Amino acid sequence: MRSAKMLTITGVLAASAMTLAACAAAEPTAVEPEGPVDLRMTVWTANEDHLALFDSIAEAYMAENENVTSITFDPLPFEDYTTTITTQIAGGNAPDLAWVLENAALDFVGSGALLDLAPTFEEAEGFDYDDLTDSATGLWRDGEGLYAYPFSTSPMAIFSNTTLLAEAGVPSASEQVAAGDWNWEEVAANGAAVKAATGKAGFIVRDFEYQQWDLLSTVWNGWGAQPWNDERTECTMDSDEMVDAFEFLHEAAFETGAMPGPGTTADFFAGEVAYTVTQISRAALLGEAGFEWELHPLPAGPAGEYSVFGQAGIGVIADSPNAQAAADFLAFFTNPENSRQLAQYFPPPRASLLTGETLAQTNPLLSAEQLDAVVVDGIATGVTRPTIEGSAEIQQAVRAQLDALWTPDADIPAVLTSVCDAMQPLIQG
Amino acid sequence: MTLTAVRALPSRAPARPGGAPRRRPHRHRRQDALVGYLFIAPQALGIVAFVLVPLGLIAYYSAHEWNVLAGTFRFVGTENFERLFTDPQLGGVLQATTIFSIALVIANLTLALVLALLLNRRMRGVGFFRTVFFSPVVVSLVAWTIVWGFLLQADGGINGMLATIGIEGPNWLREGPTAMASVVIVQVFKNVGLNMVLFLAALQGVPHELFEAARVDGARPSTIFWRITFPMISPTILLTVIITIVGSLQVFAQIAVLTQGGPGTSTTVLVYYLFQQAFQFGKFGYGSVLAILLFLIVLVLTIVQWMLRRKWVFHEN
Repeated sequence: MRSAKMLTITGVLAASAMTLAACAAAEPTAVEPEGPVDLRMTVWTANEDHLALFDSIAEAYMAENENVTSITFDPLPFEDYTTTITTQIAGGNAPDLAWVLENAALDFVGSGALLDLAPTFEEAEGFDYDDLTDSATGLWRDGEGLYAYPFSTSPMAIFSNTTLLAEAGVPSASEQVAAGDWNWEEVAANGAAVKAATGKAGFIVRDFEYQQWDLLSTVWNGWGAQPWNDERTECTMDSDEMVDAFEFLHEAAFETGAMPGPGTTADFFAGEVAYTVTQISRAALLGEAGFEWELHPLPAGPAGEYSVFGQAGIGVIADSPNAQAAADFLAFFTNPENSRQLAQYFPPPRASLLTGETLAQTNPLLSAEQLDAVVVDGIATGVTRPTIEGSAEIQQAVRAQLDALWTPDADIPAVLTSVCDAMQPLIQG
Repeated sequence: MTLTAVRALPSRAPARPGGAPRRRPHRHRRQDALVGYLFIAPQALGIVAFVLVPLGLIAYYSAHEWNVLAGTFRFVGTENFERLFTDPQLGGVLQATTIFSIALVIANLTLALVLALLLNRRMRGVGFFRTVFFSPVVVSLVAWTIVWGFLLQADGGINGMLATIGIEGPNWLREGPTAMASVVIVQVFKNVGLNMVLFLAALQGVPHELFEAARVDGARPSTIFWRITFPMISPTILLTVIITIVGSLQVFAQIAVLTQGGPGTSTTVLVYYLFQQAFQFGKFGYGSVLAILLFLIVLVLTIVQWMLRRKWVFHEN
């Protein structure tokens, strides 16, 4: 009898707690606070120089706005960044501001999770809203609204290890450009020669690791291939252009050895690779490189020259109790003066700052000519990395199918057909 | 040195001379009950907060579609449960989970028992070997897995060692069969020490007279093992089977670090699939249904084993 009573009490307690917790989860509140404001921004950089710059801008803002008592930059691991943010929001611990990856842009913008920043930016003193370029902000707009500030618009480029290329007896990247041979075919041929002569890797797409397949857009755009149509309603991974692009990559990985195969690690910044495709912002890693290096735009493919850039936005979580205060801080954080400071690490979306000369002032490792060729032209003519709603599920479904392609005797057209079979049901039609 | 006097509690209330046993006053019984409740309160609160409430919430979420980003929470009834029967990936996930669990249980228990039998002897260095085999149990799981990840790479340490004897090793984590085998082996080596210690304790609890009597009767070692050792340690075998199966169904970190469920979906086990659905794809409702499925699988397997114990566990039949 007593046990039954205890069980009943325990059950009632559990049910009450459950109901309370469920209500709390189901009905988030959005009350503008009257007292002091503490802001938190999630970021995926843990670089001390980056964080020190952020802190200095935040301190300057707090000095002018006494109601904001603290601004915290909360670094989260890049690999699980979007998952962690989503979990924080689900757990009622959402940040006030968050960096948003481009591959999650449509999910965040389309869901209404982010505050429309356009009214705040238009009214902010000295912000110069019209200075933001259309090509850089396109991904983050919905109608007239702007739902994140694309603080980093970083073109994908090729860094080459001149020392390693010379060791293998092949032309440097500059010599290739001068000879009109700056294309993927020559890069792969030189990469294979480096592998044969030195045992080191020819070329890599940094962070691809045979998992992040969307990074291969830095290659397949050279073949004129796209993973889906412009409306994002139909998979085009099985197109002839895509088959040709993957045949090129497969040959490099399994026949010529120009690209390290699956499960093999090689780091360009440690001098182990001749060419790497990566974002220009990685140049900071070359400060103490023990080899000669160059920076060039992506090589031409059979479809001609092209450019791809990666983006990251800063958004304000709409349900944050400090949403307006966060938007005000973001307007200050990204105003022309602070954007000029941030430009040393993150190419800004501002037309006034997108010149090789301006960027060179804050990028001591890169020349104005390099920055003009890679950044300014890249952003003006390039496309963003592929992005689509439901990107996490599509990313996983495609990755699972593509695994069959990374074997020596893969049937590439058949694998890409299976990719579309897996992707198509997940694409909005 | 301090001596503590402990009053032995009587096994039953002393009989009053010439009458019925004296009952403790009602006030004292209430005090005893209160003390008892205070003792179990921390555990009970923990179970309520971390077991019962989450279980209830999982059931609640499973009947809803929760879009975290949009902030919507919509009742969908049995829709998420119906998806279990139409999910094209679930069959493969359950197959991978079954293969992993069976392989892990067989490999772990066999190796643990063999090690326990070898180390249940008086010989030089036995303590050292026991420590060596048990030490992975106390190592951080993620650190252990990351190190194995390096060793199992195509150009990693294991293939490097194989190359020295002229063998070209496979790409362990990128080929379906070897990927699953690798994850199983990493998990076996991580936890075999725990089962080994349990088996050692059980072996040392078997009366020596039984072995001596068997030897006197001329029994062979294999007969002694199957007729004496195995039955006498069968309660421990039941325990280790249950905890190993339950543990195998909860494997997550090894998959997340080593294979991310690949190649293809060959190592996507149920917990990892649940994580993908709920936390990567934002489908918390369907993720909750998968959690309920996992709970039911563990519950059924445990009940079945508990019922079967009467068939083969010594002291239970």
